[in-house]
Amino acid sequence: MSGQIDEGLRSELQRQGIWVTSMQDLYNWGRRSSIWPLQFGLACCAIEMIATAASRYDLARFGGEIFRPSPRQADLMIVAGTVTKKMAPQIVRLYNQMPDPKYVISMGACAISGGPFKQGYNVLKGIDRYIPVDVYIPGCPPRPEALLHAFMELQRKIDGQKLTGDNRAEHLNPAQPSEFPVPAFGAHDLEPPANPDVFEPPKIERT
Amino acid sequence: MSATIQTFEPAERPPTTMGARLEGELMEVSMGPQHPSTHGVFRMNVALEGEIVRKLKPVFGYLHRNHEKIGENTSYLGSMPYTDRLDYFCSMTNNWAYALSVEKLAGIAVPARAEYLRVILAELTRLQNHASLLGFLLSDMGAWGTPLMYAFREREKILDLFESLSGSRMMCDYMRFGGCRVDAGPDWMERAKKIVDSFPRFLDEFENLILSNEVVIARTQEVGKLSADLAINAGITGPMLRACGVNYDVRKVDGYGFYPRFKFRVPLGEHGDTYDRLMMRALEMRESVGILKQAFEQVPVGPVMNPKVKIRAFRPPAGEAYGRIEAPKGELGFYLISNGGTNPYRYRVRPTSFINLTVLEDLCLGHTVADVMVILGSVDIVMGEVDR
Repeated sequence: MSGQIDEGLRSELQRQGIWVTSMQDLYNWGRRSSIWPLQFGLACCAIEMIATAASRYDLARFGGEIFRPSPRQADLMIVAGTVTKKMAPQIVRLYNQMPDPKYVISMGACAISGGPFKQGYNVLKGIDRYIPVDVYIPGCPPRPEALLHAFMELQRKIDGQKLTGDNRAEHLNPAQPSEFPVPAFGAHDLEPPANPDVFEPPKIERT
Repeated sequence: MSATIQTFEPAERPPTTMGARLEGELMEVSMGPQHPSTHGVFRMNVALEGEIVRKLKPVFGYLHRNHEKIGENTSYLGSMPYTDRLDYFCSMTNNWAYALSVEKLAGIAVPARAEYLRVILAELTRLQNHASLLGFLLSDMGAWGTPLMYAFREREKILDLFESLSGSRMMCDYMRFGGCRVDAGPDWMERAKKIVDSFPRFLDEFENLILSNEVVIARTQEVGKLSADLAINAGITGPMLRACGVNYDVRKVDGYGFYPRFKFRVPLGEHGDTYDRLMMRALEMRESVGILKQAFEQVPVGPVMNPKVKIRAFRPPAGEAYGRIEAPKGELGFYLISNGGTNPYRYRVRPTSFINLTVLEDLCLGHTVADVMVILGSVDIVMGEVDR
């Protein structure tokens, strides 16, 4: 909607004390300004996550300081640390328990790809095998500034989500699943090893 | 996360105030792995009678990352960054313990300035570890946020020092076999001195805030008592052992590094309860500040690296060595067997917090489920080290 208002007219109105906005902008502004993350740390990156929320870096400046211990009250899951195969089913279950709209930040090398522990037999090679990830932050561990940057990227993404039309946000599409199958412990590996609806293995192109 | 009802053997039930014995089923509750106060992904299966813990079974392995196996498959130097990720609060002391055991294995001497730098960094690590532990412990007790903010304010100052020296805030990867990677400049020393000089002010403030607080005393005194006999038999080390009144500090016992050159006292507890364990940390920080002040005065100039050590393609002679230090959480040791190759044949970590955790059930029995979190917080675990 806001795209249809002439910017010059809008700023002119603002100068007169009239603030014009659209439902979509207002709604997205509210959502992005109060993202409640899930209080959930896995490994080393969780300490940097706490440092981000603590006194110096102060995630509260971006509206994200309310860490909720219950997934039912959380909007954002920060997967901070190494995901082992023993832990992966619990993470998918936690994700399933979060209400829509929900977002995932994959923090650190381990959560992205297994990181330095990738060669381990029981380390999951990236949480994006089971749940969709919105923002990836590389680093081992990423600095708090990097997490803040990821948070701002996520806010930018929320700001751009449409409420109506064909390209509306994914969570408004009834066909879009909000829960994903929880992997089970198989004989050798998690079953299935990756969710094909979410994960596409990287293609290696040889020239 | 889930609660299942399970019947156990009828345990000895204490009589209620009315003299009758309560008969009921125990309820088994799974606490963790996603829990705000389990310090990561620790899980406990607790059998409860009402609110009283009758049985507690820890479940490990949610953060098992094959640390030891990776250590056997990488070169000696290649394991150094992995040791940072053991106890991710105290990467400097982990580095030191590993470097010490390799130095023992290969018979490497360390220059004096490097030894002083190691002491300085280890004591700075102790300061930030204990400060953040107290913050977390109070968070577990319900003082949500505020003490942690104070603790992290101080921790950030020390992490700044680590960062300007090693390039990384948490994963320092700073020590090498035969010394340290880079030298600390005079401006670094000045900054460190300033931070150490201002640290007692934080301690005064923190102690005024919490240590005489009525709620803290009510929640911690006489909670989770550990007897000295059990502590010794279970191999408990560090502040947790000294809270029971056992005078055992590896810095004094082994006198590794240059610790015999410093004057410091080892604080001892009396009751072995949670309050004593909490106080141990507060008192140890004061001693660490004293050690740091002495170290800044004594530190000589000179090289920080033994020039004879060939770090790349490093092959220690065949043999075995166990190097141990007093890490902030207790005795941290690395046991290495070499067969003369570039990789260790066997690489074993003596994890501090894992062994300290073995008495958790004994500490928690008979207390309420809310006390379990406080007791667990006072044990000071880091899952990276527990599960490795």
